[in-house]
Amino acid sequence: MQHGKYRFIAGFLVLPLAIYAIFVISPFVQAIYYSFTDWTGLSSDMRMVGFDNYTRLFKDSVFWASVGNSVTLLLLLPVVTLSLGLFFAFMLNVGGRRRKKAVIGGVRGSGTYKILYFFPQVLSIPIVALLFQFAYNPESGALNAFFNAIGLGGVQPDWLGDPQLALWCIMGAMIWANVGFYVVLFSAGMSSIPKDFYEAALLDGANRFNTFFRITLPLLWDTVQTGWIYMGILALDVSAFAFVQIMSVGPGGPDYSTEVLPLYVYQKTFRDGQAGYATSIGVSLLIVTLIFSAIVMRLGRRERLEF
Amino acid sequence: MGSTSDFSRRDLIKRAAALGIVTVPAMSALSACASSGDGGGEKVEKGEKSAKNPLAVNDSAALDVVIFDGGFGDKYAKDAQAEYVAAFPKTKGKVKLTSTQKIQSTLQPRFNGGNPPDLVDNSGAEQMDFGTLVSKNQLADLTPLLDAPSMDDPSKKVRDTLRPGVVEMGQFGGKETWIMYYAYTVYGVWYSKTNLKKVADAEYPETWDEMLAVCEKAKKKGVAGWTYPGKYPYYLPFSLYPFIAKIGGAEVLRKIDNLEPNAWKDPAVKAAFDAYYELYKKGYVLKGSPGLDHLQSQKAWAEGKALFIPNGSWVENESAQQIGKNPDFQLSVGAPSSLSGSDKMPFGTIWASGGEPYIVPRQAKNVPGGMEMLRIMLSKKSSQNFIKQVSSLTSLNGGTEGLKLPPGLDSAQQALQKAGQNIVNPRIQDWYVALQKEKIGVGALGEMMAGRMTPDEAINKIQKYADETREDSSVKKYKR
Repeated sequence: MQHGKYRFIAGFLVLPLAIYAIFVISPFVQAIYYSFTDWTGLSSDMRMVGFDNYTRLFKDSVFWASVGNSVTLLLLLPVVTLSLGLFFAFMLNVGGRRRKKAVIGGVRGSGTYKILYFFPQVLSIPIVALLFQFAYNPESGALNAFFNAIGLGGVQPDWLGDPQLALWCIMGAMIWANVGFYVVLFSAGMSSIPKDFYEAALLDGANRFNTFFRITLPLLWDTVQTGWIYMGILALDVSAFAFVQIMSVGPGGPDYSTEVLPLYVYQKTFRDGQAGYATSIGVSLLIVTLIFSAIVMRLGRRERLEF
Repeated sequence: MGSTSDFSRRDLIKRAAALGIVTVPAMSALSACASSGDGGGEKVEKGEKSAKNPLAVNDSAALDVVIFDGGFGDKYAKDAQAEYVAAFPKTKGKVKLTSTQKIQSTLQPRFNGGNPPDLVDNSGAEQMDFGTLVSKNQLADLTPLLDAPSMDDPSKKVRDTLRPGVVEMGQFGGKETWIMYYAYTVYGVWYSKTNLKKVADAEYPETWDEMLAVCEKAKKKGVAGWTYPGKYPYYLPFSLYPFIAKIGGAEVLRKIDNLEPNAWKDPAVKAAFDAYYELYKKGYVLKGSPGLDHLQSQKAWAEGKALFIPNGSWVENESAQQIGKNPDFQLSVGAPSSLSGSDKMPFGTIWASGGEPYIVPRQAKNVPGGMEMLRIMLSKKSSQNFIKQVSSLTSLNGGTEGLKLPPGLDSAQQALQKAGQNIVNPRIQDWYVALQKEKIGVGALGEMMAGRMTPDEAINKIQKYADETREDSSVKKYKR
């Protein structure tokens, strides 16, 4: 029955594939084409310049700074966000004290927590970024006021104004904004794990630590992997751009300590009128993204557990 | 289906989805504004030239104006729009005026697609790069406007009614004038006379030693001497560059503008940097300034937490609310203090230049209409309206007669008079935006004033940035 299988599938996919080709593939090809031109973005007058843009990339220290920052975000953001998400979801669904009838349950008041955790998800990114910007304000912000209040008035960091801290500050805001979603996502995943697994484990005397690593995590692996990819894209793309653009000094500073690839693309296109060069940065962003997804899929390959 | 295939259905879908998700956002944004060729651009017919209509505006054609909605708002432009409609009644309902803070992201696709608006106030953080616009032939030459008779006195050309230097600022090395700067901005050290009196019992310090003494007094009372928007450290040059010119002569700034080798190694630059660095070292800068944006720093300053702030004359309008809370604030602008007796330029040397750059795109449908709107805006009536509304001067020379000016603007006017010929106008600000704002501003000046870089390190770094810009073939160069 294998005969004609691909043709059969393709038959159904013609329309979606066509749409995909027009709206997804063709912009790619165009962007790659533009990366070989000196297009300004302000006029349709352009000429081919070969690999000039790419050789320029290699010498551009700002580009390398932004690659560094983007990769840092890419490596840390998913790990921290997903770990926190998993931890909270576990506590809300499984980690609670055993009560009379239920085999497993969340900590007291987990319903309320769930809503609280999800709350940041309702706010739009610029609002979250602005809120955190106010909190980080060294002159009148909540954080330094807090240090003052607990008698640490001498510790008054510049937060976003300090190149050592700025990227971490922004990362903090991004994590805060995203954890809630994963708490809910993982909660949904956990609730579909059969209760008797836990029952059996608990009868055998397993503690929370064991139930988490032996039951919850393996059965949740697919969800985690999906979350990982989403989070990685967020770290490389829209979210990073918005947070850095709104919150950081400059933006992108101080001293390029928060410059990220999408922001650099934006600045080159919309400030410096160098859209051609910007597309070549975009192409390198594409390459980073592809490498990331390839690694994630390879690492995530595991025996599928059916239940 | 069988099951011997080498991939499962789930895998296929998952991979396709993952790849799609991964790559779509990364790339599609880039070609969203892919060039669509010079289509559009059907020009409207010219109208009849007459004494009342010297630019031959088509009196029934639509007009499309885009205004930057920043420190000055857009009311003044709307009033000018009403004047335009009054002059050409048949255009009623066809004159479209939009205001936005996102000039470039709104207009770039339109420029690229060949259907730009007829008049644009290309200002703000998202300013389109003038060098690129000029070199790509996207702007209309404003010479017809400059040579047209002025609204108020038909015997005078518009050109002759403007403040000195305004026309030159709109040129890029050739004869054509591409940009009409509408506002006239005075940059310098802004302070409150009353606050200065109250805190340090002093007048504006005319020498640097006095400046340090004032700051010392203020410090003892728990008030900082200076603050600045650390998030946008390119505000520092507003008082720093004229300071450099004052110490070493206007020649130093000219060399800097021309990106000459070692221009930044001039002893005047070092002296000025050292002086500002001293403010930081002695603790005269408001704590936390490196993390403040322009509004936050202006707020702290208006509330009396700091005495001085480097800024431009728009600050009176932008901070009007906070300043208004203190009725006898007495906003004033000071020129850079003298560093020593051997300064090349006298006290009073100040940076003043055109602001709010207006352009008429070459491919606009109604080029004469765009210019006519500018001619109306440069009339005494519209000019005074602007002055009253946003307390800033316009490029129209004079025009302030019979107006009661708000304190800040009044002091700016006086500062201009005192400066006389000693007005400097560093062009690096509009010629090399990325170099000025991000590299020099955020990359070096901000770092120095936050105490993370010494003046020498900052100078070396800036010189390196300037050299890189000079070598960078993708940046168009200018000379003055």
